[in-house]
Amino acid sequence: MNFDYEQIIGKTVREMKPSGIRKFFDLLEEMKGVISLTVGQPDFVTPWHIRNAGIESLVQGKTYYTSNAGTLALRREIATYLDRRFGLQYDGDHEVIVTVGGSEAIDLAFRALLNPGDEVIIPLPAFVCYEPLVRLAGGVPVIVNTREEDRFRLTADLLRSAITPRTKMLVLPFPNNPTGAIMERQDLEAIAKILRETGIMVLSDEIYAELTYGKRHVSIASLPDMRERTVLVSGFSKAYAMTGWRLGYLAAPAPLCRHLLKIHQYAIMCAPTTAQFAAVEALANGDGDIETMAAEYDRRRRYLVNRLRGMGIPCFEPEGAFYVWPNISGFGMNSEQFCEKLLYEYGVAIVPGNAFGDCGEGFARISYAYSIQHIDQALTKIQQMVTDIRTKK
Amino acid sequence: MTDNILSLLESDARLTPEQIAAMCNKEVGDIRKMISEYEQTGVILGYKALIDWDKTDREYVSALIELKISPQRDRGFDRVAELIYHYPEVQSLYLMSGSFDLAVMIEGRTMREVAYFVAAKLATLEDVVATATHFVLRKYKDKGVIYGPAVVDERGNCL
Repeated sequence: MNFDYEQIIGKTVREMKPSGIRKFFDLLEEMKGVISLTVGQPDFVTPWHIRNAGIESLVQGKTYYTSNAGTLALRREIATYLDRRFGLQYDGDHEVIVTVGGSEAIDLAFRALLNPGDEVIIPLPAFVCYEPLVRLAGGVPVIVNTREEDRFRLTADLLRSAITPRTKMLVLPFPNNPTGAIMERQDLEAIAKILRETGIMVLSDEIYAELTYGKRHVSIASLPDMRERTVLVSGFSKAYAMTGWRLGYLAAPAPLCRHLLKIHQYAIMCAPTTAQFAAVEALANGDGDIETMAAEYDRRRRYLVNRLRGMGIPCFEPEGAFYVWPNISGFGMNSEQFCEKLLYEYGVAIVPGNAFGDCGEGFARISYAYSIQHIDQALTKIQQMVTDIRTKK
Repeated sequence: MTDNILSLLESDARLTPEQIAAMCNKEVGDIRKMISEYEQTGVILGYKALIDWDKTDREYVSALIELKISPQRDRGFDRVAELIYHYPEVQSLYLMSGSFDLAVMIEGRTMREVAYFVAAKLATLEDVVATATHFVLRKYKDKGVIYGPAVVDERGNCL
């Protein structure tokens, strides 16, 4: 029988666009000798004591499923951690679900909360998963474009302009990938003031919460009346350099968790057990690792921003995550042209800004999850390209 | 700030004053000045590469030699230490607590060369009471760096 797979695939997924950047990454993988500043994950290896805790759990034969929500020890450790680091009060027994990375937690929240046609406000530029996952859950993404002049923060005006009677959720992706923008307490307060008048729920993706520079991250859930409307998503990937362990979590009011857990229980069963044991060690004894890695990122961040500005490339000062987001619109090329020229002619890969939403046009994302010597080599070539473009003009 | 420059250079001696300045938000001139002060006052004593000679053709052995010393009345261990550390074969020398006194790290091309050095140069020193030579069979880690295969960036490209 001849299957027409294009017709067999469900409509929602058929219409889901593959990540636009895939093409660029495929290209990159074929090329040799390219200096890449593209990856969205730490260059550090998971600290040894954490790896060892995972190994130890295997030695002891802890190879079973855990309870659906994750081990009680880990959930309680997460609750303690959220209190210690961000002043958040969650009950580990009933208000925390351990997930397969932060991504699963995001998916759970959309699927559990959305009815067909519900609108979800998504500030862009942002990580690419929100829009497709909202659609998959039957929701309607409503995009708001943050602006360079607002330091890529979500402002009250932007939010207000996007709210309709159908708005069900707001995504808060801060500290932000790709811009490095953060939301400070007063920014969140302005948002909260609007939300309090509504029934809108918040999905706060705080995966980069530990990577802020000079200012501590503030969670919207720590503001008055916000906790009860917030699903807080975080994880171990960025803070502890544990991307491959695939471990994240969400914290939300117990009556919500009860429902979110049903999806997790049927679709996933439980997060990886080895990773859960390692994560307990990370939370209990890993604050020092976070500080060490964050300090190193901070040095690279300042180095990159200073060098880029030194080349005359306007560069918003990122205050979180591990990306810089230079404005490259002054070179007479769009983002893709700029990045392709840099790749083909100078052997350096960075990510065109429009991969993170149309409003990313005119920008590029440069990751500093690389050694300073590696970053330096790349910058030397970027400098060459900039000089070449300018002298030809 | 002081600690910052030193720990940056300790982790990567190739960092240029320009790089350090950009990382610390300081003026290059200030950084240069501080580094040269460190060099002049002997806080920074040198800059070297960590080389895994096992990956090269060069013959290479190293050994740890324990020395028991009968210290001199007026100069303690310093005099004998001085007699030892001036030899270029001596890579490092420590005064130790415990069952022996001086720990000497020796490098040479062959075991015979190292053994000869111990027998002819160390054991014959007047104050050396006993020696014990331990050859290094394999170096796993030195100066905080693991000696193994070169690290390859295998990270997947995920946004």
